[in-house]
Amino acid sequence: MVTKRIIPCLDVKDGRVVKGMNFKGLSDVSSPVELAKYYSDSGADELVFYDITASYEERGLFTEILKETARNVFIPLTVGGGINTTADFDRVLKCGADKVSVNSGAIRNPSLISEAAKLYGDQCVVISADVKRVGDGFRVFSKGGRIDTGMEAISWIKRCVDMGAGEVVVNSIDTDGVKGGFDIELLKLVTAAVKVPVIASGGAGSTGHFIDLFKSVPDIDAGLAASVFHFGEIKIPDLKLELRKNGINMRI
Amino acid sequence: MIAIVDYGVGNLFSLCSSLEAVGAEAVVTSDPDVIRNADKILLPGVGAFSDARRKLSQGGLDKLIIEEARKGKKLLGICLGMQMLFEYSYEYGKHEGLGLLSGSVVGMEGTIPESLKIPEIGWNALKIKAEHPLFKYTHEGDFVYFVHSYYAVGCEDSLLATTEYGKEITAAVAKGNICGAQFHPEKSGEVGLKMLRAFAEW
Repeated sequence: MVTKRIIPCLDVKDGRVVKGMNFKGLSDVSSPVELAKYYSDSGADELVFYDITASYEERGLFTEILKETARNVFIPLTVGGGINTTADFDRVLKCGADKVSVNSGAIRNPSLISEAAKLYGDQCVVISADVKRVGDGFRVFSKGGRIDTGMEAISWIKRCVDMGAGEVVVNSIDTDGVKGGFDIELLKLVTAAVKVPVIASGGAGSTGHFIDLFKSVPDIDAGLAASVFHFGEIKIPDLKLELRKNGINMRI
Repeated sequence: MIAIVDYGVGNLFSLCSSLEAVGAEAVVTSDPDVIRNADKILLPGVGAFSDARRKLSQGGLDKLIIEEARKGKKLLGICLGMQMLFEYSYEYGKHEGLGLLSGSVVGMEGTIPESLKIPEIGWNALKIKAEHPLFKYTHEGDFVYFVHSYYAVGCEDSLLATTEYGKEITAAVAKGNICGAQFHPEKSGEVGLKMLRAFAEW
């Protein structure tokens, strides 16, 4: 059977990997290509590169880094950040990306999903949703988690999948950076609502959190994290061994 | 020299990089003369079968590949490129493949348990069914990366490996000089690179 996946996420700005706490206070961590190779060698099942550069000019540097990574790393690469048009899809796919994740770009223009799915296939289009509790429900936020779109999260995700998104990344703003565990409640709702693979993001602080994720949400496909991997708090080979010991199917 | 057939389907950046990484000499081409002069042919492919099949027939590349393969040139199809080696595909209608291997390609929908997600996306283990130079460095239980909604059936005479996804699904095929992988070796880490090295050395 297909294994559960462990995915380090690399936020890239000015050619370097950074990670914010609750999206604020960025701190420089390492070189993207070196870190990507390191993760691939330590058993990461996939990598996510997130381009958080602000200006159009800096996009060139990001794609160069992406190319350099794809020349050296032979596991699936998902790229997100600043994806607003199918031309953006084209730009990163040509540099070795396998999947492209859309977030604010799809909120502004939902048909981007169907257009990209038609051009590159459903498996290529990932909807990444930043979700936060508001009142009794879950809402989708845009612009890196800063703006409440007012849209109910589960129906938004379903709509994206209906339009052709082949995979979903659920990033819980409430649990992100807190290192208190994944947002199990939210992830259960999402996995019950869609049939495509769902990746959990936000909240990983320990190996136990990953065990809890895969045990509590059996339909979840992958766990994604950044800082716990970047700062070496969790080592991927140890994590995967521990998960396997707990009966979770892992590629080791 | 390996000729990677470029017929406008998918992007070949990672495939080229992975062949470079194993020290193989490869060229991306749609030039019939280059393909004719190459030692080996690599047929990639992603997307819809009928669209890819139509594009491959433009300029007669399909006939050229059949001709070269029948002459004994080593041919490796990857993903949709593997599916095209068979007689037919039933992806949105019935379409003729290259007919180099016996068997056809069918959808997962309705043929695997409903609880399983389609497409199959992710890492899955290989069950090896035969010996072949392509798998010189590949071992039972090695994990490789799959992204597919269709798979080959009726190919018992060329079955090289399967993978478990609700049932045994064709993962790799090989018969003489013609072989194929349903998975993506260029995205399967060390295991994938080893298979590409084996193809290059074959």
